[in-house]
Amino acid sequence: MSTTLTVNGASATLDLPADTPLLWALRDGLHLTGTKYGCGVAACGACTVMVDGVAVRSCQTALGDVAGASVTTIEGLGTPEALHAVQAAWIDHQVAQCGYCQSGQIMQAAGLLAANPNPTPADIDAAMDGNLCRCGAYPRIRAAVLDAANRLREV
Amino acid sequence: MSRLGTIARRTFLIGSAAILGGVAFGTYAYHRPHPNPLAGRPADQGIGAITPYVLIDPQGVTIITPRAEMGQGIQSTLAALVAEELDLPWDQVRVLHGPPAAAYYNAAMLEEGVPFAPTDESWLAETARHAMAIPAKFLAMQITGGSTSIPDGYEKMRAAGAVARAALVQAAARRLGVDAGTLRTEGGAVIAADGTRIPYTDLAVDAAQADLPEVPPLKDRADWVLLGKSLPRVDMVAKSTGTAQFAGDIRLPGMRFATVKMNPALGAAMNSFDASAALALPGVERVIDLGNGVAVVGTTTWAAMQGAEAVVFDWAPAAYPATSAEMRAQISAAFGPETLDATPRNEGDVTQATGEPWEAEYHVPPLAHATMEPMQATAHLVDGKLEIWAGVQGPGFARAAAAKAAGLAEENVTLHTTLMGGGFGRRTEVDATVYAAKVAAAMPGTPVVVTWSREEDMAHGYFRPMASARIKGSVKDGAIETLDIAICAPSIMETFAERFGIPMGGPDSTLSQGAWEQPYGFANYRVSTYRAPRTVPLGFWRSVGASHNGFFHESAVDELAHLAGVDPLAFRLNQMTHEPSRKVLEAVAEMSDWGRPRPGRALGVAYCLSFGVPTAEVIEVEDTPDGIRLTGAWAAVDVGVALDPRNIEAQVSGAMVFGLSAAINGQITFAEGRVEQTNYWDYEPLRLHQCPEIQVRILESGGKIRGIGEPGTPPAAPALANALFALTGTRARELPLASSFRFA
Repeated sequence: MSTTLTVNGASATLDLPADTPLLWALRDGLHLTGTKYGCGVAACGACTVMVDGVAVRSCQTALGDVAGASVTTIEGLGTPEALHAVQAAWIDHQVAQCGYCQSGQIMQAAGLLAANPNPTPADIDAAMDGNLCRCGAYPRIRAAVLDAANRLREV
Repeated sequence: MSRLGTIARRTFLIGSAAILGGVAFGTYAYHRPHPNPLAGRPADQGIGAITPYVLIDPQGVTIITPRAEMGQGIQSTLAALVAEELDLPWDQVRVLHGPPAAAYYNAAMLEEGVPFAPTDESWLAETARHAMAIPAKFLAMQITGGSTSIPDGYEKMRAAGAVARAALVQAAARRLGVDAGTLRTEGGAVIAADGTRIPYTDLAVDAAQADLPEVPPLKDRADWVLLGKSLPRVDMVAKSTGTAQFAGDIRLPGMRFATVKMNPALGAAMNSFDASAALALPGVERVIDLGNGVAVVGTTTWAAMQGAEAVVFDWAPAAYPATSAEMRAQISAAFGPETLDATPRNEGDVTQATGEPWEAEYHVPPLAHATMEPMQATAHLVDGKLEIWAGVQGPGFARAAAAKAAGLAEENVTLHTTLMGGGFGRRTEVDATVYAAKVAAAMPGTPVVVTWSREEDMAHGYFRPMASARIKGSVKDGAIETLDIAICAPSIMETFAERFGIPMGGPDSTLSQGAWEQPYGFANYRVSTYRAPRTVPLGFWRSVGASHNGFFHESAVDELAHLAGVDPLAFRLNQMTHEPSRKVLEAVAEMSDWGRPRPGRALGVAYCLSFGVPTAEVIEVEDTPDGIRLTGAWAAVDVGVALDPRNIEAQVSGAMVFGLSAAINGQITFAEGRVEQTNYWDYEPLRLHQCPEIQVRILESGGKIRGIGEPGTPPAAPALANALFALTGTRARELPLASSFRFA
């Protein structure tokens, strides 16, 4: 069966079973590989994307449930030439090490700041707690989220 | 027995490989360089490969970094070494991982294996270390690991840049008909006295066609422009925009997606399987017999994973004890003279204690690497030639294994080393590459991504071994009088050597790593190792033997400090014989304000010399109504020479988090011969809210330059356990700590 949704501003139609997780529809159906598979059970956050502006785990979001929705992936948030404020903060703070979890971290941070432009350190801890980083970049993630909040407020 | 006598009577694993290399090849062959793997690039396309590390084409200069990027920032620092001598501005630097090639051998990897403490800079120790470069070259080990990339690359990458620069200058001198001494270099160009500016890109073909000059003198440190500074990493923009490519991110026309399911009894056979239910599922196309498991191929990875769940297997049973308790019993039974592996340290007489005695047993569980990116690789067989994309720490081994698996000659296999979503030692193994090669070989013409499920990855690791220690000691006059540490574990090298077909005899130096070479001056001091029977396949886990020996050793020192009634940090300083090690202890004392009273909170300290880096860490803990919280962390390291301070900080704090994750929650357990943990919910690394702020101080004694990927890990567990004792009075002698304490 086919499902039509908007991905990064463009209409996309996927001919995949409705129970296919959005993660694999993006990666294998649309070849948008910036969104990563880490655990498949919403325990790591590597697959985080935004659906209608809200950060969700794409490994637990069925394709059939996002028909007609607007999905933003890391590729749609910003590009190397036109960075989103969160990405710019990430680069300035040199957050990434292996980088595999960072698409999910950045999408989660963007989702947090869209909902809460003035997060406290406790808000950041709570919002980012579901995103694992095995390289241990957590202190720089905290600093970059705070910095990104400042940048977005100044816009 | 004297120190020299002890060493002469032992054969270390690495030592025996050195003997094999020397005998087989002799010194004549050693002096012949390996062929330049970049030579033969077509000059008519304006491409010049001046050395194996510098490639210049009309688009710019590309620096080949022969070590793999798994998050440690190594490609940036290796590139900076070349760029510094080449006078190439940082924003012009492009980086590629080199192809598997003998020229990219890692000499420092084998130097680390010599039976001399890294603090021993005597002529004998240095001679042995230099001799090790010979077999490394013959074995052509292009390996990323052991915190060796910087010690290995520090001279040769700068020399590569300097030679390339000299060749470009000479080419410009020939073209302009002037003396090379009148030319200078700046901004990626050669500049003549009259201001004529010739970019390197215009000179490359000329430079590559002339004989290479001798290596000119390298820059003085005072003249460094790039080195010693925190540079923006070359991979940072890609990793922040989803454009960085990992092994599973290759997309080609007609691609298929696969996953594997192997016998959960590690290494055991598959008797039979029934794929009929799997093949009936939508999107499942094929089930391929891999011998000890299957690959399921589908139109998406999801279809393949659903299919793999539907295959019905008859697995052969495990050839090792079925439960963790039985494995522990095997280790307990192996503390005996017949299983003595080595006694790498034996000073004074530990049996003649007259002071206050103490003894304890310590235990640690096996650990998984659990890299964020599960094992995966992409492969494509076309016309008898296999192209493979894999994130591997040893591309030479991986290509050889892929060729064998696909039934091809090695020259018909092209391996692209991609970025790795974490390595930590797991990607020295070739299993993911081999499975992808077999799947591609079964479906010629079709490119296929083979991605393991997290569950498959978790249960099929090459684990850090389970280990135990029996420690006896005594204190007298406020100091350690005797310390006798016996360590017992199955041997990593035994299972590794078997998997890779490398003949290696003698003791396993990883059993004592992080314990025997600690520069304390205890008068009576013995470290001995015992080899337990083999169980599951074992591998290199970030900091290897030091990951458990740091915990054993530094917990024991802490227990003895408390027994002696001396402040644990002063106790260590009082007995430390190595000046750079004293300095790192003093640094964390100052950073943490060690002596300040802090009601409701407590500090713990630990020290470990590993990979040549003296490292001290302090952790602060607080008892809260939600459980114990980590409220501060401080680390000091001495790397000899610091090339990129921010990157070193990231490595040290990250390695500390890695060690804390394992200390608090990390354990792999076995039941019915299978790993019980399945995913991140039951093998849970530290999360953001649990991570304290971490301050890192980098000291530079000016001694030998050291790598920093691993040394931050060993002190983390004992620093935390020592802090927990200071806070609660409960001494944890077994990991993980969450079994004994409730954490917030």
